[in-house]
Order: sequence, then C-alpha cells, then structure tokens
Amino acid sequence: MSDERKPTDVVEIPIELERYELFAAPTYRFNVDRREFFKLFGGGIAIVFTLKSALAQESGGRERQAGESGRRGPNTSGPKEIGGWLHIGEDGAVTVFTGKVEVGQDIRTSLTQAVAEELGAPMASIKLVMGDTDLTPYDMGTFGSRTTPTMAPQLRKAAAAARELLLDLAAEQMQVDRTTLVAGDGRITNQKNKQALSYGQLTHGQKLLKQISDDVPTAPADKWKVAGQSAAKVDGRDFVTGKHKYASDIKRPGMLYGKVVRPSAFNATLVSADTKAAEALAGVTVVRDGNFIGVAAPDAAMAAQAARLIKADWQAAAQPSSRELFEYLKNHKTETQGNEGSSANARGSIADGLAAADKKLQQTYTVAYIAHAPMEPRAAVAEWTDGKLTVWTGTQRPFGVRTELAEAFHIPEARVRVIMPDTGAGYGGKHTGDAALEAARLAKATGKPVKLVWTREEEFTWAYFRPAGVIDITSGVRNDGTVTAWEFHNINSGPAGIQHKYEFANQKIVFHPAQSPLRQGSYRGLAATANHFARETHMDEMAHSLKMDPLEFRLKNLQDERQRAVLEAAAKAFGWGKLKSSADRGIGLSCGFEKGGYVATCAEVAVDRQARKVRLLRVVEAFECGAIVNPDHLKNQIEGAIVQAIGGALFEAIEFEGGKITNARFSRYRVPRFSDVPKIEVVLVDRKDLPSAGAGETPIVGLAPAVGNAIFVATGQRLRSLPLTLSEHEINGRT
Amino acid sequence: MPRITELNVNGSRLKVSADADRSLLSVLRDDLDLTGSKYGCGEGQCGACTVLIGGVPTRSCITQVGTVASKPITTIEGIESNGRLHPLQQAMLDHDALQCGYCTSGMIMSGVALLSKNPGPGEEEVVRFMEGNICRCGTYPRIVAAITQAARQIKGGAK
Repeated sequence: MSDERKPTDVVEIPIELERYELFAAPTYRFNVDRREFFKLFGGGIAIVFTLKSALAQESGGRERQAGESGRRGPNTSGPKEIGGWLHIGEDGAVTVFTGKVEVGQDIRTSLTQAVAEELGAPMASIKLVMGDTDLTPYDMGTFGSRTTPTMAPQLRKAAAAARELLLDLAAEQMQVDRTTLVAGDGRITNQKNKQALSYGQLTHGQKLLKQISDDVPTAPADKWKVAGQSAAKVDGRDFVTGKHKYASDIKRPGMLYGKVVRPSAFNATLVSADTKAAEALAGVTVVRDGNFIGVAAPDAAMAAQAARLIKADWQAAAQPSSRELFEYLKNHKTETQGNEGSSANARGSIADGLAAADKKLQQTYTVAYIAHAPMEPRAAVAEWTDGKLTVWTGTQRPFGVRTELAEAFHIPEARVRVIMPDTGAGYGGKHTGDAALEAARLAKATGKPVKLVWTREEEFTWAYFRPAGVIDITSGVRNDGTVTAWEFHNINSGPAGIQHKYEFANQKIVFHPAQSPLRQGSYRGLAATANHFARETHMDEMAHSLKMDPLEFRLKNLQDERQRAVLEAAAKAFGWGKLKSSADRGIGLSCGFEKGGYVATCAEVAVDRQARKVRLLRVVEAFECGAIVNPDHLKNQIEGAIVQAIGGALFEAIEFEGGKITNARFSRYRVPRFSDVPKIEVVLVDRKDLPSAGAGETPIVGLAPAVGNAIFVATGQRLRSLPLTLSEHEINGRT
Repeated sequence: MPRITELNVNGSRLKVSADADRSLLSVLRDDLDLTGSKYGCGEGQCGACTVLIGGVPTRSCITQVGTVASKPITTIEGIESNGRLHPLQQAMLDHDALQCGYCTSGMIMSGVALLSKNPGPGEEEVVRFMEGNICRCGTYPRIVAAITQAARQIKGGAK
C-alpha cells in the first residue's frame, strides 16, 4: 500500500491584497479598565496549549508576545496554516481538530472523506471539531479556497500517520509480521487468518502521542476510493430537521439580548447621548464606551425598544454618494509616486504593440459595491467567566476574531475562546468579529451572557462590501485576431484574477488602490469577478470589431492547455457554433482562471426590450480544479456560484448617500430568486494528475461577462457596468 | 398590553408569557427554544422564518403572536413523524439541496405547504410558489428537484 503513496505538496498561497478587512484597524478600541487589565496580566497563569508551540513553529520559531496571532499588515508574515490534529479515543471514536470552518462549502464532508480514506475508517465514525480556538490548532481563516489544497493534505497526513501507528500496535499485539496486516473499516485485519482488531481495541489503554513530519506519504488521487466519490453532507440531517445550532441559536443561562445604537452615518463620531429613558426600563443596561453605544435587556424586543429611546447626537463629515462613486475612485488613488500598484507579468512595449495593431480599442468598465447578504446575519453570544471571554460567533476567522477581542479588551488571547458553530454562510463577508466585539462589550458590562444578532438592515449597512472598481483597458489587435497590446488598469476593486492565460506579446497590468467611500473587503472570488468581467467583455469587443467568432478569437490567443480544455468543453456542451442568435436572444461566453481553478462559461439570454429585462435561459459552465474530491458537492458549489453570480451580473448594487446605505433590505436590494435561475449544466473536468484546488470561488467569475456578451448579441448594446442594465435610450433607439 | 399565555405548536399546548405584539418568530425561538425557524430579514422577504399556521405558510417574523394564539402552528421541529423524516426532508438530503442550511427550514416549510395544497406540482408551479424564499448559496435547482421527488414519493405512498 505504502509504495503507492507519495508526499503531497502543500501549496503556499499568499493572502491577496484586497482583503482589506484583514488589515484594517478593529471597529472598536474600548477604554482600558486598568484594574482588570493588571489583575488579568499580573495574576493570570499562562495556559499553554499545544497551540502555543505550534504557533512558534509555524512562525519560523520567532517568539511572539503572548497572544499575538492575527491581524497583521500585508507585508508582515502572519502565522501560516498548519495541520489539524487527530485523536482516536479508547472507544475508537475518531475526532479531527481543524481551525477551518464550515460555512456551507461542505468542507466538513470533504475533509472527513480525506481522513476516512487514509485512516481506513468509515466516514460515520469520524467527527470534526472545527474553528474552536481552545480546541483546534491555529488557522488564519477559511478563505481563498485554501481548505482543499492546504488543509485536506494535512489531515490526510495525520490520518495516514495514525493508520501506520495502528498497524504498529496491531503487529505488536497480534505478534505477526506487519506486512500481513491491512487497515480498513475501522479495524486492522490479518490477511492470512482474517483475525481483526478494531481501532478501539488497539487504542484502549494507550497514551501515545506522535509528532508527524511533513513527508508522510498519502494516496495519490488515482488511487482514491473514498475521496473522488460523491458523499452526502455528513451532518445534513441536523439541518433538514432544524436541530443544528447556529451562533444565533445559542442560548446561555441568564442570557440577555443586546442591541447597538448605530451611528447616523459612516465614520460618525458620538457627540452626546441621552440614555435616561432607556435606563429607566427595568433590566436594561446601557453601555457607552468611546464611539460605542449599546444596550442589553432581558429580551430582544426590550433591547430594541431601549435602543430606540436613546437620543444620540452624531457628527459626520460629508461623504460621496453612489452616483459619483466612479469619479471619486478615479480621483482618489492612494498609490504614491514610485509605488503605483502591482504590475506583474509586464511584457514587451504597449507602444510597439499598438503600433503593430490594425485596430485599437479603449474602454472603461465599472463594477458596483455589492453585499454578501448571507442568510444568517452576523451574530454572537458572549460570556465572561472569571475574566475569561467565550464567544460563539459565525466567522470565517475564529482565530482572527480572538485577536480582535483580545486587542479590544486588552487581554491576552489565552483568555479568549472563540467557538464557531457551522454558520449560515459567509461568501468572504464574515472575516471580522464586529458582532462578537459588541456582544462581548455588553456582556462585560452586565456580567451576564449577551446575544447580539444583527438585523438584516445592519448586515447590509455595517458589514463590509465587495469593492467597487473602475477598469480601463487599452488594446490593439491585428486583423487575423492576434492581440498585440494589452494595457489594463484596475482602480480599487483589486488584483485577484487580473492575470490571464492569453498569449499577449505586449502587456501592462496594474492594480491601483484607492480610497474607498465604503468599508470594503473580501467577497467570494474577490476582484476576479470584476477583472474577468472587464477582460472578457473587452475580448468580446475585439472579436466583434474583427467580425470573428468570440470562441475562435479566444482560442487564437490561447495556448494554455488547461484554459483551452475548459473553454472547448463548455463550448461543446453548450453547442456553440450550432446555436443561432435571433432577435432579442443572444449567446455569449467567457473564460478565465483563478486560485488554481479554470473556468469557462456560456450563457444564453432573452431580452424583453419593452420591460428592459434580461432573462437567463441557459448556462453551461466547465470547471477544472485538479483532482475532484467530491463530484456532487463540487457541482453544488458551481451551480451555487452561478446562481449567486446572477445577482452581481444583473441587479445587485449597493446605493448610498450621505454616509448611509439607501437600499439596505431585501425588498430594495434584489438577490437571485427561484425564477431567476436558468437551466444550468455543469461540465466537470477531472484531472487526477493534478493537485486538488478549491472550488468555492472561481466558478463565480465567468457568468457576468458571458451574460453581457450575450446581451450584446441580442441587442447590439454593449454594457460595461455591473450590474448590467439595459439603457432605455439605446433600447428604444433600436426598437 | 394583552399577554399570550399558551400556543398550540406542533400538536402540543405550550405555556408562554408574551406580549401579544411580539413576533411569533421571537416567541418560538427565544421563549420556546424552537430555533429551527430562522431570522433572515424581519420583513417577510426571505422566507427563512416560514412556519405553517393552520397549514398555511406564514412568515413568523412579521406575524404578531397575538394573532395566532388559538391556531395550530407547525414548525420545522414538528414535521417528522415517529422519528421518520418528512419525504421533503429526505428529498432535500438526497439532492444535497443545501449548503449553509440557514434557509433550509423555511424552504422545507414552504415546500410542505405546497405539497399539501398540490401533491403534484409542475416545475413552474414550484418556482412560483417558492419565489418568496431566498437561498443565497444558490441551491434553487436542487430544491426544485427535491420538492418534485417528495411529491412523487407522497403520491406513491398514498396509493
């Protein structure tokens, strides 16, 4: 068995620049309670978990101050992800500890598959403890599609090492040659006489700890038996019965309900507050600390009432509105001279490329701010016990939130425990600990556990947004379809997905950071959606300017075998070349890659000119992310990404004015619903010879350009802004 | 403020003590610990809080508890029978028709209401009926498939 195994490479993936929220200052910095501060630091004992040594190990042996692990600037190296822990109890129960968290991407299932495979144990016998800072090894967060390429191989190694240890134990107990033994189905079996010992029998009475090195061999993808197959969500039954406890479902004895009085506008300063009426309510506590003002009450209705009774006076500066957003971004680049953003992969000379072109094109594309709007808004339950803070909250970065809490309350991280129950989605939107901080502040003041659940309006307003952006492209192309020049400038939205696989001889690709009027941060796929939208729309414009078929045009400029493979697979399944566009019906396509995943998307749309409405009829998407771990869950992620992408493509945009969001509710911010969903076909390209990459993000990037390109074919109207909105003027001009 | 002292939930009479103008959702979740029904928007736009009132799918977040005090209320916790999943619960699992699962209770309750009204809905009718329930993870096609499968099973079982 072991000769088939080889060490799995763990890919080092840098943190993208546009994860602004990871580098920003905490929302609150509470005033120091000196007495408590010294009491905690002076009298406390250092609780040294294995975590501590793991932390020192992963940060290259550098000693860190007690409790530092999270928020660091983009140029400082924070701790890296490390492997999980695995424990087999004396009853044979397998528990895996990982700092990764489940937000609907189904890694609880895929990681269980990886462990089951190597350990030789049924999936049902394996339990994952995820994202509990007291119980799981440090992990910087669940984002960037990293779990599959980085955590799964680690857990595989842990499981493989456990299996080898069990084989050793069995050989000893059975007094047989180890090579006659095989591991499987939760037991070690002697192949000669079929005698077997269960894992529980083997671990009974043992106290063995083994440190594993990185070179534990694991099964290559073409030998997988558990992974590579579809497996149902491991704890699905808890969800369909309503039994699963999300953070917002947690209840603690004596718990109060919290509510924050929100500022009148973004970045407003609290000048004064009249809290008398609120404080007169029985059982209500009002907390004011710097810019924070909130209440805790025996029930949620009372908390809301108390918050309404507080008359707060805020001072806010004038702020730009969504109407002037793109001008504002263009005029507020933050790069300094000599540091004009990243221009990776520059090649040749743009001037030469343009001189060699038969046609030149220059266009500007924009994308709006959009909201993640996870169905579970931010929520937290906080409880202080003997100076130690425990918070249950839905976050993609439990360890990052622990740091935020430790910093905000001036306590060591050892005195903070963050527990992350599987959460009602994140999409990159739950990297910060806002609700956790607020609940903890109120709990500290009242001495009781406090639950705080953001309203939908708060979620729409006080979370952060996918960055808006302006993208300028200048290109040159020869009549035979060869692109000779490609100059690409992205202002503010970010550099993710800014690179491409096309063979452009002369190119310059630059990201320009800018001052954002709104708080912005990660979103599923980050700026890859914006960059793919601009690039793939522009490619389409070039193709049409040459009267070339958009597929043929792309293939002419592509040599990358993986990119070509998905593009050809999608086009074939879609029937590209056979489908004819007709009046008010159009087809379009796009392709790209990001985070180790290759995607191509074809879309067919119908346009209702009178109603200025676009309806998606059919979407075919081909996706390749190396060796497939769980085909059905992969398909589920891709379908979901396509559906979510419909919102950003056709109707989602945050509107704001005077430091306020003006469409902060589902009745004003339209998200995709049942009737928006087209016929979706997913083509999975399985590459067992390549390491598995994550798939939670990249499948979202191709839809918007494919739809925009299809709209152009249907109407002759080229839309260069997300969301794509048909202009009344142009539409009427053509009817 | 009139107080509500009893609710008929999932076939049981449960003691409560709540102001009549409180939302049914908050009473179910905070007072009765029936947390399967979820808060998603507070304005009846997302369906995560859907329960059945006398069989009718109702947004519990915008329903005052005082208006339903005498009516039978069914929540996600009440649709299993003798430890057996409702056919739609099973179909949701069979189709992996969930990712984060936060909308799932509401989806199932709306779907159960549809199936009790129309045991054989076509795809278009499912879409029309379910339009008020949001799934941000985008599992809509799988939910439609699950409802269709459950309909077939319920029909088959009734024969």
